[in-house]
Parts: sequence; structure tokens; C-alpha cells
Amino acid sequence: MGWLGPEEWQAVTLSLKVAFWATLLSLPVALAVAYLLSRFRFPGRDILNGLVHLPLVMPPVVTGYLLLASLGPQGVIGGWLEAHLGLVFAFRWTGAALAAAVMGFPLMVRAMRLSIEAVDQRLEDASATLGAAPWRVFATVTLPLSLPGVLTGAILAFAKAMGEFGATITFVSNIPGETRTLASAIYTFLQVPGGEAAVVALVGVSIVISMIALVGSEALARALSRRIGMA
Amino acid sequence: MSGLSVDISHRVGAFTLTAAFEAPGGVTALFGHSGAGKTTLVNAVAGLLRPDRGQIRLGDRVLCDSAARLCLPPHQRRIGYVFQEGRLFPHLSAAANLAYPARVTGRRPDAAATARVVEMLGIGPLLARRPGALSGGEKQRVAIGRALLSAPELLLMDEPLAALDPERKDEILPYLERLRDEAALPILYVSHVMEEVARLATSVVLLAEGQVVAAGLAEVLFADPDLAPRFGLRQAGALLSGQIIRHHPDGLSEIAVSGGQLFLPHVAADPGTRLRVRIEAQDVILARDRPQGLSALNILPAVVVAVKQGQGPGVIAQLKVGEDLILARLTARSALALDLVPGRHCHAIVKSVAVARGDVARF
Repeated sequence: MGWLGPEEWQAVTLSLKVAFWATLLSLPVALAVAYLLSRFRFPGRDILNGLVHLPLVMPPVVTGYLLLASLGPQGVIGGWLEAHLGLVFAFRWTGAALAAAVMGFPLMVRAMRLSIEAVDQRLEDASATLGAAPWRVFATVTLPLSLPGVLTGAILAFAKAMGEFGATITFVSNIPGETRTLASAIYTFLQVPGGEAAVVALVGVSIVISMIALVGSEALARALSRRIGMA
Repeated sequence: MSGLSVDISHRVGAFTLTAAFEAPGGVTALFGHSGAGKTTLVNAVAGLLRPDRGQIRLGDRVLCDSAARLCLPPHQRRIGYVFQEGRLFPHLSAAANLAYPARVTGRRPDAAATARVVEMLGIGPLLARRPGALSGGEKQRVAIGRALLSAPELLLMDEPLAALDPERKDEILPYLERLRDEAALPILYVSHVMEEVARLATSVVLLAEGQVVAAGLAEVLFADPDLAPRFGLRQAGALLSGQIIRHHPDGLSEIAVSGGQLFLPHVAADPGTRLRVRIEAQDVILARDRPQGLSALNILPAVVVAVKQGQGPGVIAQLKVGEDLILARLTARSALALDLVPGRHCHAIVKSVAVARGDVARF
């Protein structure tokens, strides 16, 4: 692509990589949390719900700071992870993926929870009377019937991860080739004289990816709804 | 002994269900008006609800025992459940719905059993379709098949016909009769419709305000004048068992009952078929002497067993006709004029056309 320089191109592919892993790895966790919140009453449920939604309402810089404080080299968790597992998040692309995952998590859980709550629990009861153990009920009834919402949640989180800026730059800084994602790159080029062309190109790419994600998720959700006989 | 034995109590808000009964085999109808606690009871048997106290046993297996703090989850009970609304899985075809029990229990689908169930319920042409493309009656037939293919030791049916229009009901009832006669499976059948219960039930458990009011053989309970108000005076009626003798060219079928012959509008079954006929109490007329020049075809000699005075101007008389008992609903004035006291000989008169097609069933 002639109109995207190597630096811009690097930012786009890095963002895609970060968003892909952030979405993929948070998906099972979000699904479990959404299922827990929608189907069970337990002590601490409201606190869990609050924690999940916190990144949505807190300033992203605060989220980034908290990640840095806990998972950074001096952080309790970060220090332990580095010492015992050799795992480092701070100032690495993996940290950018983690920040993006945390920021997208509430969106993902919300969409999944709504669609799980919409699944008729009487169908789950029917499944149990036919001999299905609880995890089978989830795998054969709850999950397939809530799949449109699960995918919508995943795509929303992906789009959010593509554009994440505040938490990312606070946690992992803005290192070209390592943590300079699409949003960080736009911000950087804005600071440089003569960077407007790159900014326009990256903004265009950003809009196109967002539109593809949104339109694609709508179409996918519709097709799935038709497939499961609910539309 | 493969029957069900229930002795539980459970509180939901201000409502308390206290029920003890046995369902020995065949079809046991759980009869009661809405709010009597039928669904609560059936859900406790299925394991969808944990009763506050009591015990539920199926054959020699204990499903639930509050004293032993034991309560098997639904998937370990081997109890098939046919719900009022079918509850087919909308994302699966009819065939996949039928295969579902085998799939979730890790068994290999039993092709022979599936073929038998598909044939019995007449659902072969529906197999490729999704539930969204099935009518209410078709859905319910697939739901019955699905429950049967979970290899249950007991089948629960919670008003399986309630959501269907009359034609669809007539479409399903013969299948339920076949099920009762062919599958040696105890069935607990919840209903508040006399006709269905009269056609299907071998025994009846009568439930009112969360209590078991009466339990026993259908013929006995339906012929009990004290229970008639519970069943609803307008639909109270006793059951006669009989056998088709022959079909007459004028469209009538002749049926032998223990007290004589009945002429009924054509019954679509071969001579020799055993039937159960429900005679509604309000369709029976009594006469002291055998009437002459009367249009009604069925005049059976009867002996008064009991006369039960209700709150209004009516009474219910219980009469012995041959070996069977029937009920007649009449005014207290007529009962007095005819001097209907226990032991009195009289004649019970039933118009042929008063017996509806739904009141006659193979049994």
C-alpha cells in the first residue's frame, strides 16, 4: 500500500495483532463471567458486576495506571510473574493486548450477558430432564442460543481494542514496533510537523476497520439468528 | 414394582402443597383446577424443584429424601417430561431434537427405538424440519418422541394438549392412547380436562388447594357422587367399559356394556374393540317404569345406590348398571317424585347423540 508508510503499516498490523489476541483470550473469561452473572445468585455478585464494569466508567488513564502499578516490574503481580514465569507485560505488545482486553471486557460481558439472559431457561430445564448434565446444558442449549450476542460482544471488544489509547499508552508507553498501536501512532504523527498525511491515512484505516467490524457483526448476528430459528 | 411414590410438602409464598400418593403404573392422571399445585408437584418429581420436605421414590430408587439430604438432579432421574409448550430446541431440526437425549448422555442413538417412536407418533415426514416450521400438534408429537427416546422409567406429561386447538387435540389423543397401551411405561398425566382424563387415565389423583382430595381407579372416582362437585358438576360423568358388537347400516354402533347394549353414533373401530364410554351425569334421564314411545335409544335397567344432595336444587344419583356405576344429575324435586332411595329399581335413559365422539375411547 503506497499511501501507508512502513511506520504506519507497522502500527496497523500491530493493532490488529493486539486486538486479535485481546479478543481471543478474554472471550472464554467473559463468557464464564457473563454466565455466572446471568444465571446465579451468590454473595459478592454485585461486587463482581461492579469490577467488570469499572473500566467502562473510569478514565482509561486510571485503568492504565492500575495495570502499571500491579503488573509493572515493580508491581506485586508483575514482579511475581516475571520472577516465576518469565512473563513481562510492561512496555511489551502483550501488555498492550492486556490493556485492550481489560478495556473491552465490560462491552463483551454486557453483550454476552444480555443474550444469555434472553435464552429461555425452560429450554435448559427441558435439556436437563433429557439427561444433560449442567455443562452439557450450557454447551448444547445456552451457548448455541446466545451465540449471536456472544459474537456481537466479541466484535465490539475487538473494535474497542483496535482504538484503545489511554490505558495502553499509560501502561506500555508508545514504542514503535512494540506498543505503538493505531491510536498511539495517530497521536504521535499529530505531534510531528508534516505528519498530517499519515494521520489522515491512519484515520481512514481506522474508520474502515471499525465499519467492517460493525457491519460484519450485524450481518453475522442476523444470519445466526436465522439459523437458530429465532428470527 | 416400577411405580412412583410421592410424599412431599413444599411451600411457595402463601401456598403450601402437601401431597402423598402412589402412581402404580399405566396412566395416572393428576387432576385439579389451575392453582391446585399440579405443576409444582410434577416439577418436584422431575427434579426441577426441590421440595422442602418429603420423599420421592421411583421403583426401588430414591430420587429425593429430605431426611437423608438427598435430591438427585433432573439429569440423573431418568424421567421424561413432556411440557405444555413442547419446548423443542429451536436451533435443532426435529431429527436432532429426537437424537438429543442420546447425544447429551453419550449413548449411541438407538436406530430401532427411534424408528419405532417415529412410526408410533407419525413424525417421519417432519424430521428434517426445524420447530419453527412445525404446527403446535406436530411440535407436541416430536416433544413426546424426544421424551420417550431419553429411555425414561417414568413419563411426566404436564397438560400436553392445553396449548392446542380442538382438532390438534384429536390428532394427538390417539397417539397418547397407543403410548399407554404399547409402551410399558408409567405415565403421570397432568390435566384439568375431564374428557382427556376419562380417555386416558387408569388411576386418578384429585388435587385441590395443594392437597390430595382423593386417589384411586378412574372408574371408581368418576362414579363417586361426593367427588362430582370437585370434577365440576357440568362435566361430571362416570365411565362404562364395553365392547363393540357390530356397526349398523344406519350409522350406529352397538356396544355391549355389563348392563345391556348401548347404541352410539358410529365408532371408528372394529367389532370386538374394547372401549371406555363416558356418560355425563347431566345427559342421563331416570324413569321408574320402562318408558314407551321414546326417541332415546338407550334404556338401561338400573338400581339406585346413593343420592347426594348438593347446595342448589340439584342432586346427583349414583346407579348400578350391570357391573358398572353411573351418575345421573337431576333436580331434588324429581328425585322426590320418583322416590329415589337406595335399592330402588329404575331405568337410566341416555340419548345416543348426547355421547360425543370424544367420550368414546379405546381402552
